[in-house]
Amino acid sequence: MTIPENLLYTKDHEWARLDGDKVTMGITDFAQGSLGDITFIDLPKPGAKVEQSKWCATVESVKAASDVYAPFSGEVLKVNTQLTGHPELVNKSAYDAGWFAVVKISDLEEKNKLMNSTQYKEYIQGLSK
Amino acid sequence: MQLIFEKSRTGRSGFMLPEIDVPVVAGLPEKYCRKQAPSLPEVSELDVVRHFTNLSRLNFSVDTNFYPLGSCTMKYNPKFTEKICALDGFSDLHPLLPQLLGGGMLAQGALEVLYNTERLLSEITGMSAFTTQPLAGAHGELTGVMLIAAYHKYNGEHRKHIIIPDSSHGTNPASAAIAGYNVVVIPTDKDGFLDMQAYKQALNQETAAVMLTCPDTLGIFNPRIKEIADLAHAAGALMYYDGANLNAILGKCRPGDIGFDVIHLNLHKTFATPHGGGGPGAGPVGVCEKLIDFLPISRVIRRSDGTFALDYHKHKSIGYIAPFYGNFGVILKAYAYILRLGKSGLIEASENAVLSANYCLARLRDYYAPAYGKSCMHECVLSAAKQLEQGVHALDIAKYLIDRGFHPPTIYFPMIVKEAMMIEPTETESKETLDAFIEVMIEAASLAKTNPEALHSAPLSMSVKRLDETKAAREPNLRWKPK
Repeated sequence: MTIPENLLYTKDHEWARLDGDKVTMGITDFAQGSLGDITFIDLPKPGAKVEQSKWCATVESVKAASDVYAPFSGEVLKVNTQLTGHPELVNKSAYDAGWFAVVKISDLEEKNKLMNSTQYKEYIQGLSK
Repeated sequence: MQLIFEKSRTGRSGFMLPEIDVPVVAGLPEKYCRKQAPSLPEVSELDVVRHFTNLSRLNFSVDTNFYPLGSCTMKYNPKFTEKICALDGFSDLHPLLPQLLGGGMLAQGALEVLYNTERLLSEITGMSAFTTQPLAGAHGELTGVMLIAAYHKYNGEHRKHIIIPDSSHGTNPASAAIAGYNVVVIPTDKDGFLDMQAYKQALNQETAAVMLTCPDTLGIFNPRIKEIADLAHAAGALMYYDGANLNAILGKCRPGDIGFDVIHLNLHKTFATPHGGGGPGAGPVGVCEKLIDFLPISRVIRRSDGTFALDYHKHKSIGYIAPFYGNFGVILKAYAYILRLGKSGLIEASENAVLSANYCLARLRDYYAPAYGKSCMHECVLSAAKQLEQGVHALDIAKYLIDRGFHPPTIYFPMIVKEAMMIEPTETESKETLDAFIEVMIEAASLAKTNPEALHSAPLSMSVKRLDETKAAREPNLRWKPK
């Protein structure tokens, strides 16, 4: 399981890659591994407003359907339309080709509520106890 | 096995039409005419009989095999209820008869069945009244949430969300959302119960209801259920009971007594009516005193002379939620089942259901990690987390069970348990059947260590082998096309 160092993480297993006032987001390697083979992804529409820790996408796998929550509040700038036809990209490349959306951040302070890679790693270890 | 389309041979047929003895009318407008003949199989009557008989023999059912599908209460449905349903006086009734002038007097027996069933379900669950109209459990849930919404609206309150634990049945949040509520999900604590701190934080003046099942989906009874209900009531919220797990507590505990205001029941679970596989189902809804006026119409009433009638004049009612009076045949079967077992029989059924599940848990806990706790109610949740270390998933164990003649338990639910296997044996299985199942489960655990490949390749004895579930979900191919 990989946890890249340069990203921020949520307790619901989303990752966030900051770039100025923009953030690229997706679900973590741990999340895709727990879900199993992903079969369908419902993404927000560009222009949609999302709120931190609130619903922004839905992921369906052979095991379950799960909600994905936005790591930051803001406006969706673009989404990864590749995922519609190729949801398996999230299984294959959770942090790169499997990105979900780019969001224009409305409040950068929200990053204080997220974890860094070390904290996220500890958080996951705590879960499996 | 070939599809019936693949058995088709041009010109073969299983019927002989009489000669046309009326004039043939020509001139059907072009736009209504087919460009090519429909692609229907051309087969003989014997082809059809063999095809469907063989297909039915592939069916896996409670009538043929043990079926411990957790949360579904796949108990055996005694056949005497079928006989009662087939009685002419019930099966030949026209559903509009009670609405015909004087017709109600010709349907007194059926109306009495509905009336009495509502009373019996009220007594069993501790509720004040029931409607038997909802046509399935999920429909009952939606009806229940609509009753909650109607109640708050009548009191001039605009409550916005419904609190639901993360271990709930998926239909709970779905029903709440369809009825227009936001869903607030509460996590499960380390003991497998609703996290009380998170619950207290989420509960406020905007909470319309708290939806719970008890025992919960982990098969454990929440000892703080009364406290949860008292807190909800203090905040002005209502308590909703998902009756999916009622089979564990008949005669031991009544949801109405521990503070639940609305409840739906799945007659096909606790009351041994057939699991429809799409219908017909029945999801009666019970309510406490203050919600009675909101129940859907019509209501079955008993007149002062002892006769029964349908009452449509309820101005606070949420209105019609289904045509007629629910799936009458299903309600009738549940009524017959309740009467036949009686109070002591129902209590014994629950006791044996709980005993069977605990027996499975006790004998399997050294092989598979129990999700929570030392004991359980009517179902036990085990985890294949240990087996995962050998690369064996709950899915592999499930497929192996099929090879050995057992329906797999529910897997990957509840979602909060890693590699979950949820076993609900029910009260209708003998100790010998449970032992045979347990032995195969133990065998699977030992294969996981010695020969995981044997589990990965299962099932081998079925007409189809391991299916590619991912491909089926990603590229569904549901329609046969000629090559």
